[in-house]
Amino acid sequence: MPPAYRVSHLAALEAESIFVMREVVAELERPVLLFSGGKDSIVMLRLAEKAFAPARIPFPVMHVDTGHNFPEVLQYRDRRVAELGLQLVVASVPEALESGLVVESGDGTRNRIQTPVLLDAVEKYRFDALFGGARRDEEKARAKERVFSFRDEFGQWDPKNQRPELWGLYNGRHHAGESIRVFPLSNWTELDVWHYIAQEGLDLPSIYYAHERQVISRDGMLYAVNQFIQPRGTEQPFTAKVRYRTVGDASCTAAVESSADTVEKVIDEVAATRITERGATRGDDRVSEAAMEDRKREGYF
Amino acid sequence: MSTPTLAAPEQRAMDLLRFATAGSVDDGKSTLIGRLLYDTKSLFTDQLAAVEAVSAARGDEYTNLALLTDGLRAEREQGITIDVAYRYFATPRRKFIIADTPGHIQYTRNMVTGASTADLALILVDARKGLVEQSRRHAFLCSLLRVPHLVLCVNKMDLVDWSQEVFERIADEFTAFAAKLEAPDLTVVPISALKGDNIATRSENMPWYEGPSLLHHLEHVHIASDRNLVDVRFPVQYVIRPQSTTVTDYRGYAGQVASGVLKPGDEVMVLPSGLTSRIAAIDTADGPVAEAFPPMSVTVRLEDEIDISRGDLICRPNNAPAVAQDIEAMICWMDESRPLRVGGKYALKHTTRSVRTVVRDLHYRLDVNSLHRDEEAVELKLNEIGRLRLRTTAPLLADEYRRNRTTGGFILIDESSNRTVAAGMIVEAS
Repeated sequence: MPPAYRVSHLAALEAESIFVMREVVAELERPVLLFSGGKDSIVMLRLAEKAFAPARIPFPVMHVDTGHNFPEVLQYRDRRVAELGLQLVVASVPEALESGLVVESGDGTRNRIQTPVLLDAVEKYRFDALFGGARRDEEKARAKERVFSFRDEFGQWDPKNQRPELWGLYNGRHHAGESIRVFPLSNWTELDVWHYIAQEGLDLPSIYYAHERQVISRDGMLYAVNQFIQPRGTEQPFTAKVRYRTVGDASCTAAVESSADTVEKVIDEVAATRITERGATRGDDRVSEAAMEDRKREGYF
Repeated sequence: MSTPTLAAPEQRAMDLLRFATAGSVDDGKSTLIGRLLYDTKSLFTDQLAAVEAVSAARGDEYTNLALLTDGLRAEREQGITIDVAYRYFATPRRKFIIADTPGHIQYTRNMVTGASTADLALILVDARKGLVEQSRRHAFLCSLLRVPHLVLCVNKMDLVDWSQEVFERIADEFTAFAAKLEAPDLTVVPISALKGDNIATRSENMPWYEGPSLLHHLEHVHIASDRNLVDVRFPVQYVIRPQSTTVTDYRGYAGQVASGVLKPGDEVMVLPSGLTSRIAAIDTADGPVAEAFPPMSVTVRLEDEIDISRGDLICRPNNAPAVAQDIEAMICWMDESRPLRVGGKYALKHTTRSVRTVVRDLHYRLDVNSLHRDEEAVELKLNEIGRLRLRTTAPLLADEYRRNRTTGGFILIDESSNRTVAAGMIVEAS
């Protein structure tokens, strides 16, 4: 066989993700893409651009804004949305706190209270398909979730009652009020995402690359000192060269020590690392063995 | 054997192999997967630490690697696996996607799901027990789903004294059984998942075995020619018509190539209309391409303006699928709430085409263990397999599943619950 018919694993993953996105637009009425400004949603947005070229991306993007943001990420979000001529929907946790939809949790993190805010926006805009950048390699509950993940009218995931997913035949049927979460990056790993960022020359918020920052060490992780995280008790701030492997709520996302300041160096670092990205950086996943599963059942991403 | 490390530059030239694993915890399947991940440095220290902690808390005598894949609360509480779990690892040659399916009898549904996209299936048997009913069932399901490559791992060789005789007896028995199933490519490997023999490296305990280690086989098994590059099949997924002032008069047919090779200038036929035209260009976001082949997602433009919509199919005039409303198919029923019955009406999704269908006849139910055909059967319950005849409201553009897994497979959907209730494989379409 001529070598021309070879397809690299990245090309195969890209083709699959594009297929998934086109299926959603063809079969569902009101899709929206969850765009946080994090690397996975940036890759997803690039795939959407490719799936519908030369037409524009035929759906809006939504940011669930916890109010605990990294400023670099918000700037990035606004720039990308303007470049692509997209409509941006902001589901705001601070506004929901003000209106009384949610109340601040005891520890001050807003991971869990994002869920009602997300579901409220889904209901308000009548979105029936939500693209999320979650990957199966991230976490055990996600390893068992479908590409098209059915949610009932309360946005809940029922892991024991998932639709079988055969070949490339995705079932997006649902009744009014129900919705489908769609994960086009299901089969990508953290390393695949970085290789794709390099291949496509994608620009990322600067905090993904090594930089110097004032940090404190808490629960074995490095947290940036900022308006949300202040030293407690004996914690001593110090300067370290760090980068972020994931970008979530600024009050519970930790940095890792790193000198990787280019995409190539990040790839080398990710290839050599021995700790999962969520294990290394997310306070929210350390709560219990089933923290992610419990949040997904409530309607989390 | 190369050392499996993830050197960055080579990584981009890797290809992708999807494989399904079948077997139960007792066969050592989770240990095998844990071993593959561990030996390819794909297991992370925090994952391992979490598993060790949970194992210790449960009072397990050894680190239970099954906990790596059994992620849901109910699974950990009941010590069972209830769904397909996907795992990933890579070597410098290939990226691997494992669809890890539980082996219990009630989970035929999961096995079929995992096998539907697999290039290769890995079946485990315990060397002390030899082939059991479950091994035959798994082999049958793999052949039903047309998984091109089959690997039988005879595990726990350490517990039979690394005996060549035991291995050969099991290998011969399985080979004879697989021949009846028309399994296309079979490899048998003696292993010890627990000790790592013949997993990433050749075993020193079994010098009589001259074949490759399991990982070497997974890295080198030739899958490129499994793709059908002969029959051009391009199901139209979505029509791209930009509403913009800068791009005018663009009309492209977006889709993923199911099989065959498409080139600009090729004469093509559009089904079901039967109208013909030529390919004007094949576009991608990175620019036009000279050829499109599976599994590429592209956008095809034609020279003539023809009315084409989602669910239509582009092929060659002299090589077309059947345009058919009477479908003979094998069905695996996947719904626990209601059985399949003759006269039942369902939504049917085939490639990008959705139609309605009625079950006209159930010819037989197949016993997956004995392969006995029960022609008296009047219904199919959860996890049962049968041969039936369907009539559809609009034609399918269909090939036999044995010739084309994409244009030969379909699903049935219950129109009231919207659940996916069956997987279907077309035997004949007219």
